[in-house]
Amino acid sequence: MPEHTVKSYDEELNQMTGTILRMGGMVEQQLAEAITALVKRDPELAARVIQDDKPVDRLEHEVDHLVMRLLALRQPMAVDLRLITASLKISSDLERIGDYAANVAKRAGALSQVEPMRPVVVIPRMSLIVQGMIKDVLDAYMGRDVDKALDVWRRDEEVDEIYNSLFRELLTYMMEDPRHITPCTHLLFIAKNIERMGDHATNIAETISFLVTGTPLDEVRPKGDKTPFTTTPADLQDTGSEEV
Amino acid sequence: MPLPSKMEISGLDVFYGATRALYDVDMKVAEKRVSALIGPSGCGKSTFLRCLNRMNDIIEGCRVDGDVLLDGNDIYARDLDVVQLRARVGMVFQKPNPFPKSIYDNVAYGPRIHGLTNNAGELDEIVESSLRKAGLYDEVADRMSAPGTSLSGGQQQRLCIARAIAISPEVILMDEPCSALDPIATAKVEELIDELKEDFTIAIVTHNMQQAARVSQYTAFFHLGKLVEFGDTEAIFTNPEEKRTQDYITGRFG
Repeated sequence: MPEHTVKSYDEELNQMTGTILRMGGMVEQQLAEAITALVKRDPELAARVIQDDKPVDRLEHEVDHLVMRLLALRQPMAVDLRLITASLKISSDLERIGDYAANVAKRAGALSQVEPMRPVVVIPRMSLIVQGMIKDVLDAYMGRDVDKALDVWRRDEEVDEIYNSLFRELLTYMMEDPRHITPCTHLLFIAKNIERMGDHATNIAETISFLVTGTPLDEVRPKGDKTPFTTTPADLQDTGSEEV
Repeated sequence: MPLPSKMEISGLDVFYGATRALYDVDMKVAEKRVSALIGPSGCGKSTFLRCLNRMNDIIEGCRVDGDVLLDGNDIYARDLDVVQLRARVGMVFQKPNPFPKSIYDNVAYGPRIHGLTNNAGELDEIVESSLRKAGLYDEVADRMSAPGTSLSGGQQQRLCIARAIAISPEVILMDEPCSALDPIATAKVEELIDELKEDFTIAIVTHNMQQAARVSQYTAFFHLGKLVEFGDTEAIFTNPEEKRTQDYITGRFG
C-alpha cells in the first residue's frame, strides 16, 4: 500500500499497530509463564504474571487513545477505517486474554499449595495450541494475511475438543474422591480460561478477515464446547468432533 | 442501479479546444437521490456536472460529444430550448452569487421571467415556500427588502438555493456549494440537501469527501477525465473496488 500524503498519518497508524503487536507479545508471554508457574508449582512466578497484567491494560488504554485521535483528526476512510476499528476490537480481545492469563496464574498459585493432580499435563498441551494461535493471529494482523487468520480460526476446534475431554476427566476424578474437588475445580477453570483465550484469538481472526476483505466472515464455525449441556461425564463420552 | 434514473449519460466526451477533459463517461443519475462527484482538481467532475444543463455551451472552444438524456430526451438536441432546460435543471455554484437585488427579488426573479405566477399573492407564496424549503425563511422574514448581498455567506448560499428551487426544477446541480461556508452553515446546507432529495434529483460536486459520504446515496470518482468508479456511496467509502478510488479517498494519492 502506498504511503499517505500526510506522513504523520502513517506514523500514527504505525504507532497504533505497533502498540497492538506489543500487547500481543506480552499476553502471549503471560500465558506461557502462567502455565510454567502451574507446571513448576512456582507461586513467585505466578505472582509476577498477575502483576504483568497492568502494563497490558495500560497499552489497551494507549490504543484507545490513539484510535480516538485518529478518528477525530484523520476522518479515516475505507481500508484505514477498517484497520482502525479492527485495532480497537483486537486490543480489547488481547486485554481479555491477558486477564485470563492472570486468572490462570492466580489458580496456579493456589494449586502449588496442594497435592499435584495428573491432568496438569494436558493443560500445557492445550495452552501450547492457544499460544500458537495468538502468535499466528498477530502475524496475520501484521501481514494482513487472511489465510493465516482463517487457519487460526479453524484451529480453535481442537482446543474445544481438548477442553471437552478434560472436563470429562476432571468430573471422574471429583467423583472418585471428594478431596480432589478443590484442585480439580481450579484446573477446570484454568482449562476454561485457556479455551476462552482461544475464542478471543478466533475473534481476532474474524476481525482480520473483515479488515482485509471488507466483508464479514460468513462461514459458520463449529461450536466445540459441549460442556454447558452436560449433567454426567457419560454425556460427553460418545460425542465426536463432527458434531456442531 | 435499481432506481429509475432521471438522467442518463453515455459515451460523453468533452474537449476544450485541443485538450480533452472527459473520456467516454457513462453514468446514470438516480431520481430523487443525491449523487456525489468526487476526484482531484482537474479530474473533470465539474466539467461533467456542467454538461448536465449545458453550461459548457458558453465556453468558447468547448465541444461535447455523446448523449445526455433527461427523462429519455436528448438535452443536446438541436431544437431544444436551453432556457427551458435550465429551468428544469437548476444550478448552485461554489461561491454564493445573489443578484444585486432584494432578498425577495432574488427568489422572485425566476418565477417572474418564466411567467410562473398570475398575481402578486402567488408570487409571495412561491417566495415564502422556496425560502422555507431552503431553511432561510425564519432568518429573513422581517427583512425581505434588504439586499441579498447583506446576508452572511451561509445565508447567501441558502438564498441561492431558494432562488434555484423557486422555479421548481427537477434536477439541482451543485458545484461545491459549501466550499466557501463555515462548518455551521455547511451543516445547514447538508441538512437542506437531505430534505431537498424528497422532491428533487441532486448532483453535487464536492472536494470534501466526508461531505460526499454524508449527503449522497451514490458516488462517482473521476480521475484524469475518466469515471473510475461509480456506485453506492457506502461501498465507495468503505470498500471501493478500484485501487485508484481507495488511494484517493484514503489520502494516498501520489
